[in-house]
Amino acid sequence: MHRSINDAGAPLTLEHISRSFGDTQALDDVSLSIAPGEIVCLVGQSGCGKSSLLRIIAGVDTADSGRILLNGIEIAGADSFVEPEDRNIGFMFQDYALFPHLTVEENVAFGLKRLSRREASARAAEVIARIGIQALSGRYPHTLSGGEQQRVALARALAPKPVILLMDEPFSNLDRGLRERVREETISTLRALGTTAILVTHDPEEALSVGDRVVLMQEGRVVQVGTGYDIYDHPNSLYVAEFLCPCNRLEGIYRDGRVETVLGSFPARLDLPEGGKAFACIRPQAVSLSGPEEGLPALVVNRSFLGEIEQLLVRIEGVADLLRLRTTSRIDVKPGEPIHLTVDPGGVLIFAAA
Amino acid sequence: MGDAGVGSAAPGDLPMSDVDLRKASTVKVARYRSGRLWFMATVLVAALVATPVLALIWQALRGSSGLWPHLLAYVLPQAFQQTTALLVGVGVLVTLLGTSTAWLVTAYDFPGRRFLEWALLLPLAVPTYIIAYVYLDLLHPIGLVQGALRVALGFTSPHEFRLPDIRSMGGCIVLLGFVLYPYVYLTTRAMFLTQAANLVEVSRTLGSGKGGVFWRVALPLARPAIAVGVSLALMEALNDIGASEFLGVKTLTVSVYTTWVTRSDLPGAAQIALAMLSLVVALVTTERWARRRQRYWSSAQKARSFTPHRLGTVSGLLVFALGLLPVFIGFIAPASYLVVEAWKRVRFAGLSPRLLLETLNTVTLSAMATLAILLFGMIIAYTARSLPGRVTAALQRISTVGYAMPGTVVAIGILLPVAALDQMIDRAALAWLGAPTGLLLIGSGAALGYAYVARFLAIAVGSVEAGFSRIPRSFDHAARSLGHNVTATFRQIHLPLSKPSLVAAGLLVFVDCMKELPATLLLRPLNFETLATHLYGEAARGTYEEASIAALAIVLVGTLPVAILARVGRWKA
Repeated sequence: MHRSINDAGAPLTLEHISRSFGDTQALDDVSLSIAPGEIVCLVGQSGCGKSSLLRIIAGVDTADSGRILLNGIEIAGADSFVEPEDRNIGFMFQDYALFPHLTVEENVAFGLKRLSRREASARAAEVIARIGIQALSGRYPHTLSGGEQQRVALARALAPKPVILLMDEPFSNLDRGLRERVREETISTLRALGTTAILVTHDPEEALSVGDRVVLMQEGRVVQVGTGYDIYDHPNSLYVAEFLCPCNRLEGIYRDGRVETVLGSFPARLDLPEGGKAFACIRPQAVSLSGPEEGLPALVVNRSFLGEIEQLLVRIEGVADLLRLRTTSRIDVKPGEPIHLTVDPGGVLIFAAA
Repeated sequence: MGDAGVGSAAPGDLPMSDVDLRKASTVKVARYRSGRLWFMATVLVAALVATPVLALIWQALRGSSGLWPHLLAYVLPQAFQQTTALLVGVGVLVTLLGTSTAWLVTAYDFPGRRFLEWALLLPLAVPTYIIAYVYLDLLHPIGLVQGALRVALGFTSPHEFRLPDIRSMGGCIVLLGFVLYPYVYLTTRAMFLTQAANLVEVSRTLGSGKGGVFWRVALPLARPAIAVGVSLALMEALNDIGASEFLGVKTLTVSVYTTWVTRSDLPGAAQIALAMLSLVVALVTTERWARRRQRYWSSAQKARSFTPHRLGTVSGLLVFALGLLPVFIGFIAPASYLVVEAWKRVRFAGLSPRLLLETLNTVTLSAMATLAILLFGMIIAYTARSLPGRVTAALQRISTVGYAMPGTVVAIGILLPVAALDQMIDRAALAWLGAPTGLLLIGSGAALGYAYVARFLAIAVGSVEAGFSRIPRSFDHAARSLGHNVTATFRQIHLPLSKPSLVAAGLLVFVDCMKELPATLLLRPLNFETLATHLYGEAARGTYEEASIAALAIVLVGTLPVAILARVGRWKA
């Protein structure tokens, strides 16, 4: 479900945000607009500026230049700055930041100081019920499990009905098994309430599965924006392709609209002169075993069983790096045995060499 | 979904979330609007603390034309030489005592080690002027110790046998060393406990003997910690006025005092005070430099506890006795003496109303100063946290310079502007109200309170900061994004969460105010006595009456921060 973005109705618009810390350019001309009810995933390696951007949106840090509009109103710009407490932006922290001296209920009601005491406690109770944590109301944060703390943090951030909810790695403190369940719950709550949200993560899988749109950042710049399918199937750079999925990178030569590599030639439309250098990025699941009559001979170096899938590392004559292939079916081979491979051209991405 | 109303992201019947937002953004607001008050308060506090130093420099530059040559020729060289000798002597002694005791209780396990670990801090409770007061009496030629020695050795009169006179440079060095070594002990032991474990064990496995480990690994490793401890101890030594004066050592501090009080030469005193500042700068520089190294070490390695070497019964008892010696000289003996003397006095004459009044004076003044210092400390620490930046860092540094400055220096720096202000108030009151106010600020004790603020603010800032540092930054940001401004965030989050460290900070500051002597002597209102000045007066006159009761009270209250320090030490371990 792809949304058209209309800036005028956008809850949040970022224009040319830049921020540097000393010599490091943390954010470099970042622009972005978010539609009502949209959930956007900011993803990138640690240090790419995604958390800095979140802090600047929330107002706990200030940009060096650029403008932020909230519901069309400038909240940060060349000569304006709305304090974080006046922005009505929700923020969920990686460590949840639950106040240890307040009960769950008091934590949830903390952001409701503009309401009367009665209204505030009614609203807190409503949110607590909505998130399903009534049983925890009177307890203190240190007595809660990680998953429970996460839900309290969510309830607290949602209680003041923020224009937009910012979430900084909200699931990274949870165990693997719990993480997926809490993630699904959280996202369905946000969907049900129609909450606009930005979620920051370093985990590409999380980004692809959660967001309506994925914003991929690298060294302070936005490198690609699109739905999960968009950017996974059509990454616009080798960096994006390799960030989302570890690939086998092969060097090749561009000729006649195709890139020729050791593993065969693949159709490509590149802005390159004949004979120019290109990279073929072959996803591990695009490589499969074949009979000896077709396909390339290769030697198994390592076989590892990962549960759902199996991974083989193989050596091919003339390729320096080992080739990685992944499959869901069992392959009964041992290290040192010869095999034959074919490559599915649908799983191959071609980029011009920089 | 594109038609969802602006700002109605969440369904419900409460006011729409963008209403307040519109209100807020119609006003063009400056960056740190809600923090501006905090920032301005910080500027004021920093200015308050910086004023005495600036006044001192200004006064010294103006100079007393006739006296400076005299000072330069007769007073300063001798005072400088005596001060240097004192500092070097005390420095060597506290390094020896502090480092060896720290190593004893860290590297060896013996019966009584746990006790000794905190007992070694006890001499901190005895101010320098009290240890001198006590030992002057104890070691008097016809006093308890020498008398007992003569009886034991079979002599009958002081003419036949006497110990070297305690009223000497040597005596002063020894007495100061035995109450100031805990600074070195504290910092060095923390370093041994947190840093040395891995390296010491590794070097043992590489074949170093136990002694070799101390000289080749632990000691070089602890050098920054030792430097910090020694500089703190020397700042105290430089600050001391009672001990040096009772023991006849003419240090710079004593010269400042006599030049001011006896010769009534304020510019001259200011000039000597300025000369002292050069020593202070040297000490602070050493300390800062060492702290930087220390921080580097602690961040570079992970803390792991040290496994001490178990000693046999005989050697264990020997080591225990050895470790107990500084505690005995620095605390047990003087404290017992004071208990006995105070008891004798109370049985003989009861408690005089005068002493009760002085106690009340001391407590009231210290409590009021403590409240102000705590408040200022919170302002400085919270501003530095909520508005981090180069300016606030500089303001913070300025506001904490007083910890290194001797009380006499602070007092002179304060007297100059405060006396001028008092005259202005007096004249204004006379002109407008028709009645003179006299010396309002000095007479009310406000000037003395100011001196306490300037001198002890660093303690409060440090403790409050330590408390704040346990509160994650995300708490500040969460509270802000939930609609609470900088001040509300402080009230709702930082204040309740750092209460224990605020109490500890208050206690530390209170005790230091109570013990303070040099600035109190110089800035107290006329006929206003505290326990410390009472003791000074009696010791200076050589009368031994109620001073023991006053001293006992000071020492007893002084043990409270020792309890805190001992606990902190264990946390670190």
